[in-house]
Amino acid sequence: MIPKVLRNPWVALTAIIFAAGGYSTYLRFAKGLGASTNLSDQFPWGIWIGFDVLCGVGLAAGGFTICALVHILRLKKYAPLARPAVLTAFIGYVLVVGGLLFDLGHPWRIWHPLVMWNPHSVMFEVAWCVMAYTTVLAAEVSVLFFEKFRMRRMTKIMHAATLPLSILAVLLSMLHQSSLGSLFLIVPGRLHELWYTPLLPLLFFTSAMGAGLAVAIVESNLSARGFGHDLPRPALLGAARLAAGILSLYLVIRFADLLRTGALLHLRFDERATWFFLLEITVGFVIPIIYFASPAVLHNRRTLYRAAQLCLLGFIINRLNVSVTGFEVVSGHTYVPAWTEVAVTITIITAGVWAVYFAERYLPVLEAHPAEPEWRWKGEPATKLAWRGA
Amino acid sequence: MYGMLFDASLCVGCESCVEACREKNGLPETDGTQLSADRFSILQEEGDYYLRRQCLHCLEPSCVSVCPVAALQKKPEGPVTYDFDRCIGCRYCMVACPFGVPRYEWSSAMPRVRKCQMCYDRLCDGQQPACAEACPTGATLFGDRDELLAEARKRVANDPDTYANHIFGEKEAGGTSFLVIGPPEVMAAFDPRVPDEALPEKTWAVLSQIPTAVGIAGTALMGVHWIIRRRMTLAKQRLAHEDAEATVNTVSLAGREPATEEVER
Repeated sequence: MIPKVLRNPWVALTAIIFAAGGYSTYLRFAKGLGASTNLSDQFPWGIWIGFDVLCGVGLAAGGFTICALVHILRLKKYAPLARPAVLTAFIGYVLVVGGLLFDLGHPWRIWHPLVMWNPHSVMFEVAWCVMAYTTVLAAEVSVLFFEKFRMRRMTKIMHAATLPLSILAVLLSMLHQSSLGSLFLIVPGRLHELWYTPLLPLLFFTSAMGAGLAVAIVESNLSARGFGHDLPRPALLGAARLAAGILSLYLVIRFADLLRTGALLHLRFDERATWFFLLEITVGFVIPIIYFASPAVLHNRRTLYRAAQLCLLGFIINRLNVSVTGFEVVSGHTYVPAWTEVAVTITIITAGVWAVYFAERYLPVLEAHPAEPEWRWKGEPATKLAWRGA
Repeated sequence: MYGMLFDASLCVGCESCVEACREKNGLPETDGTQLSADRFSILQEEGDYYLRRQCLHCLEPSCVSVCPVAALQKKPEGPVTYDFDRCIGCRYCMVACPFGVPRYEWSSAMPRVRKCQMCYDRLCDGQQPACAEACPTGATLFGDRDELLAEARKRVANDPDTYANHIFGEKEAGGTSFLVIGPPEVMAAFDPRVPDEALPEKTWAVLSQIPTAVGIAGTALMGVHWIIRRRMTLAKQRLAHEDAEATVNTVSLAGREPATEEVER
């Protein structure tokens, strides 16, 4: 007899994922990194760093980007995106720290950077910024609880703190989003020239902002589907256009730099690096820019959603190229993650999706926004969301 | 500062150094040919010669610069040492080392980073490293780095037929405490991609800008916010003012003197 709750396919899928993740977790902590990963002395960082940390932090960049648009530039049209973005960022950062606990050889010493300093280390700076920014995000998210439980005094205090918190959020994010790129500045000989550049910090920062906006678009679509909310159209169009601008800026910087270093002139089509580079640029930047900049795509909800998804995919390929492919092609050692590594990563993502789901369901995240009855997404019936509640 | 000099033309490949290292560090007997968590020093065959491979103890070590908790340290005596009690196991040192030296105890649940520490404890006791003491031919020498460098220069200059005109470690990665000279076929085994500059400077060039960047960005953010808020307030006031004037005009047109309060409002 299958328990009733497991008959929901999403719950059943989650149960399977968590079972695999649970076994991998046991393996990791009982037997060590060697038994649970395909990492080696030649390849000390795998997807737990390349995906869980680099992509996790990068994709949570919507938290500070939207926050800056709404609270510092005071662009009210983005307001409907602010709470979901901050919430996702908070959950994202908690999961990044969770993922890090798997990757660190001594997870229980994760607090060491607080008391054992080395200001020359990028990792030290990232550790401090991530801890500080997670605290800021927790403060920003706390408003949801104070409002939910009608704690008027605390709500008022937190609302008053919005501006200083937003400024802190932008500053801290600026520092560590770029620093994730700076991590690789010290390996000029070991990272392929298509990805190694002194501009890595700038490139990481700009691409994270683009990806953060794309996450906001994707998430907005998902919660509209899950909870039957209306889509905040002006905010989504604005975010898409802004993302197009940021991604274009990124491409200009990236290609100018590749021309300067000459890496573009050495492109060889029999090299794996070249193909991964072209994949990243096309999927993550060229196609999304064209999509985000064309009105026909922007006014169709489905294509807008697709474009944002492509942008995220390209972002993930970029981060994995920097942390895995770029090292593989130079060293000649290959790294394919063990199934247990993949299981842990998918478990973390699944936990994140459920956390966002429950938060949006029970907390005042998606405030009601007035619908625009005269306007409808292209290719859809006039009833705003035909499959609402499905 | 101390250093070591390995002269490949004198090495006969007896592996006394490897054995001494194993005993001194209490490592198990293994027959690997690569550096590993159980082998801090190896002899690598290069044609008719042997090349010693181990931590080079950089003058400005990348591993020391990247370690977030300062578990790795460059001692004033020369060795780059590792303090397990500080280590969080992030393995950034392994990623950053331009020579790919640090090894990890992957199979342990309490893993350590493993590498040669130039017998730092022996140095403190006034002894030389175990490998240098064990070497029967004088291929591995221990001493003051400047003196060893001078000796290496002399050997290379006096016998250009034997030695390649290259002292490995004089400039590589900003210079290392472990120097190598030898015939060209041995010297060709080194990775040519390692640049001559000290790599930590590349990171520091960015990290040292952070306080300035935070200052500028913080001021800019607050400034932009203040300007935008001010403009919004002014726009609101102007709107209110125009509304008030409109009221006054309407009232005047109606052929009646406006009431004082209305004008003020």
